[in-house]
Amino acid sequence: MTAPLLELHDLHTFFYTDTGVARSVDGVSFRVNAGETLGVVGESGCGKSVTALSILRLVRPPGRIEAGSEIRFEGRDLLSLGEEEMRRVRGNRIAMVFQEPMTALNPVFTIGDQIAEVARIHAGMSRKEAAAKAVEMLRLVGIPAPEQRADEYPHQLSGGMRQRVVIAMALVMSPALVIADEPTTALDVTIQAQILELLADLTKRLGTSILLITHDLGVVAENCARVVVMYAGEVVEEAATPDLFARAHHPYTEGLLGAMPRVGGHAERLATIPGTVPPPTAWPDGCRFRERCPYAWERCAAEHPPLYQIGAGHTSRCHLAVEPERRAHPHLPIAAQAGAGAA
Amino acid sequence: MSRGSPASNALLRRLRRDSRARIAAIVLALVVAAALLAPWLAPFDPSAQLDIVRLQSRPPSLAHPLGTDPFSRDVLSRLLYGARVSLGIAAGAVALQLTLGVMIGAVAGYAGGMTDALLMRLVDAALSIPRILLLIVIVALWGDIGVVRLTLLIAVTGWFGVSRLVRGEARAVRERDFVLSARSLGATPWRILRRHVLPNSLGPAMVSASLGIANVILLEAGLSFLGIGVRPPAPSWGAIIQDGAERVSELWWLTLFPGLAILTTVFACNALGDALRDALDPRQLEAALPDETPLPRR
Amino acid sequence: MRRYLAGRLLQAVSVILLVTTLTFVLVHLAPGDPFGEAFGRPNVPASVRAQWRADFGLDKPLPVQYVRWLANAARGELGFSFSHRRPVRAVLAEALPRTALLAGLSLLASFSLGIVVGVLQAERLGGARDRWLGRVLLFTYSLPDFWLALVVLILFAYRIPIFPVGGIVDPVLYDYLSPGARIADRLRHLVLPVVTLTLLSTAAIARYQRNALLEVLPSDWMRSAIAKGLDWRTAVRRHALRNALLPTITLAGLYLATLAAGAVFVEKVFSWPGMGLVTVNAIAARDYPLITAAVLVMSVLVVLGALLADVAASVADPRVRVG
Repeated sequence: MTAPLLELHDLHTFFYTDTGVARSVDGVSFRVNAGETLGVVGESGCGKSVTALSILRLVRPPGRIEAGSEIRFEGRDLLSLGEEEMRRVRGNRIAMVFQEPMTALNPVFTIGDQIAEVARIHAGMSRKEAAAKAVEMLRLVGIPAPEQRADEYPHQLSGGMRQRVVIAMALVMSPALVIADEPTTALDVTIQAQILELLADLTKRLGTSILLITHDLGVVAENCARVVVMYAGEVVEEAATPDLFARAHHPYTEGLLGAMPRVGGHAERLATIPGTVPPPTAWPDGCRFRERCPYAWERCAAEHPPLYQIGAGHTSRCHLAVEPERRAHPHLPIAAQAGAGAA
Repeated sequence: MSRGSPASNALLRRLRRDSRARIAAIVLALVVAAALLAPWLAPFDPSAQLDIVRLQSRPPSLAHPLGTDPFSRDVLSRLLYGARVSLGIAAGAVALQLTLGVMIGAVAGYAGGMTDALLMRLVDAALSIPRILLLIVIVALWGDIGVVRLTLLIAVTGWFGVSRLVRGEARAVRERDFVLSARSLGATPWRILRRHVLPNSLGPAMVSASLGIANVILLEAGLSFLGIGVRPPAPSWGAIIQDGAERVSELWWLTLFPGLAILTTVFACNALGDALRDALDPRQLEAALPDETPLPRR
Repeated sequence: MRRYLAGRLLQAVSVILLVTTLTFVLVHLAPGDPFGEAFGRPNVPASVRAQWRADFGLDKPLPVQYVRWLANAARGELGFSFSHRRPVRAVLAEALPRTALLAGLSLLASFSLGIVVGVLQAERLGGARDRWLGRVLLFTYSLPDFWLALVVLILFAYRIPIFPVGGIVDPVLYDYLSPGARIADRLRHLVLPVVTLTLLSTAAIARYQRNALLEVLPSDWMRSAIAKGLDWRTAVRRHALRNALLPTITLAGLYLATLAAGAVFVEKVFSWPGMGLVTVNAIAARDYPLITAAVLVMSVLVVLGALLADVAASVADPRVRVG
């Protein structure tokens, strides 16, 4: 097997706030292979967005990527690059599609200018060449009358159209990797499928890998070959998508699957898992999920579980891997007992 | 920012951590002390013409560290007593203009309707005349006015910004549920003002007071420099500069020292106001002080 | 857009009306009058004084005087200046361009400087450069304007006499100078007042620009710009500044007139015969028509400036322009 396109190794991103150190990303490792679409799922606050920002080194103070973290991309450790080298990676080799197409575009520049800017920065195109490139990209993402649209401002476009513009902007340089952070969450349900389809279609043509960050397992099921499940700043389970849906191992993944709406739709809050994600300034000792877990026992409080290998390409951060018999005896999670009134 | 000690304690803590605030507070304390202790610190009577022949317009010397003015008065003594006049006018005018601003703003915001519209149009109009121009016109036309009336005049031209601020706060508070319920329980407008509007306006008002003192010191100095503010022989910092303005190049000490006194005090007040603004929620204040922040100070 | 303009225009007119009424009342309520015994020529008998008052309409009741003055003002007829012994319009027509020149140049300089400083601060927010520039700005903001003018005058006109002590042109030599030298002479006279005014007003602008940038820096589109591969400096200067300039444009309108009024001290110290000096002298002479007209002109400028700024800002904003 060839070397992966992107490999995160023991990534730690901490935020130094007044109320303490928030360990938002706390030892995350995973890889994205060339041409592959990898899903990263988890509730909000699990660290998946910070992971995405860390890859492009877009974390702002008081956030900091800790020493010892490694982000290998195309054979280089991004964290050891100079700012100028890093700049040449952003938008060129790795592009980003953000969640909010309403605010991701600068309101006072035409969309044509904003797309052309990428070509001007990275390909050194002239104003005219870049403008032509922008129109070409707009056509590629299926925007009608691209010549006219290029001269319009973001507020003149619908949400779906704007997200197409954002995708066009991301694909100008045919990057090796696109990081899509909840690309459809802000859109109408009917538009969501179109946008995802467009993204999948274009990246397949260009051979681009996608890191698709979402809270929606339905989106993962339709788009990703593999999935990484994150909880409380850590990877808790990783598997091929069919494997995950058929044989979810971690109780948290079980909970997510249980909370999945049967037909379409999107669940903002995954209601069937009792309790909430603990604050990142104070992750619990031992297993971080134990207070919400129906199987938790003494070992879960005493010992922080490692990622157990439980099958081919399938890992899980749960002691059930070594004491599978415990699964036969579920109980009411602590969070459900204590927080019954609040929840 | 809600009322109660935790918030104000946190504010104090943040202020104490701010080196700007510490230095500014020390400087202001020194200036106030100099003003209060002027009778003991001043080597001479500030109004006494010591020796019109031999001590007229003398440069700084051991006996007169800051020199003497064209009337043979000791500049150091005048500077110390001048602090009383300048600071007194500033403190009085700011206290008064804050009170006026809070009251008028609260009335406008609380009453709403015609009263509000009328008052705020008036405020708009007043804000569109540069304050210094308005003051020059009034003070000059009224001629010889004393320190008290000068203070009153400055205050009367200074409440517009604060009133607009408090009016906004009052309007916002009026719509809130707890006030509606308080009203239905028969709370008087005055009580609602005291319990809800004032605490919410306190932070911005403090910032406004700090910047306001700086502003009034400058205004008074400017008027006195034009010869229409504090009347001779009363010493004010602006008036001392005016005494040397005729031969400004030769009598440089009459310009330099009072100017430095004004600059230091105003700088300290502005720094304190800045520190206060940062210690309170900065975003809230940027939005809340539209007239104080962007416009040049007059 | 049209409705907004109409509303804004109406508001401007009502403010001007209020301001002028206020000034008129203030001026006429003040003790002393231009033909009182305190003001020159004590030998003129009382009957002649009364005749003069009648000639200028000062014997009429205040409301009558006001209505007549307003009607005249609406026609651009501002009355006759007692102290200059010529029409007020002529006096102001001479003073206004001089102040406009002074204020306009300072406006240009202080906005260029202020925007640059604001951007320099915002680029290194919270860093040493930001903090030190902030302190320098607070210092210049705290300078008394007349004092700074005096210090500049002492230093660069007396101690190191490289610039003239005041006036618009050299009173003696100007008439004998060649056209080129005349321009140079005028420029030399402009330097100190313009530099002083610029120093005084830059701080507020820089601070405003920094705050405006502060507002937009956390925007998602700034993150997009960096994610695209822009460096931080270019992102600030291109993307953030374009957004944060709109409020500063509004400020420019407010400033022009405020600068004109704020120039009173600078004009006085540098003997620059503009609106400020004319007004101060008119007050000393109890020249009612001139005072009222000067205040009227300045407040019209303030209101017009604000109006223009609002319109300019809304035209410059694509969200408003097209929407």
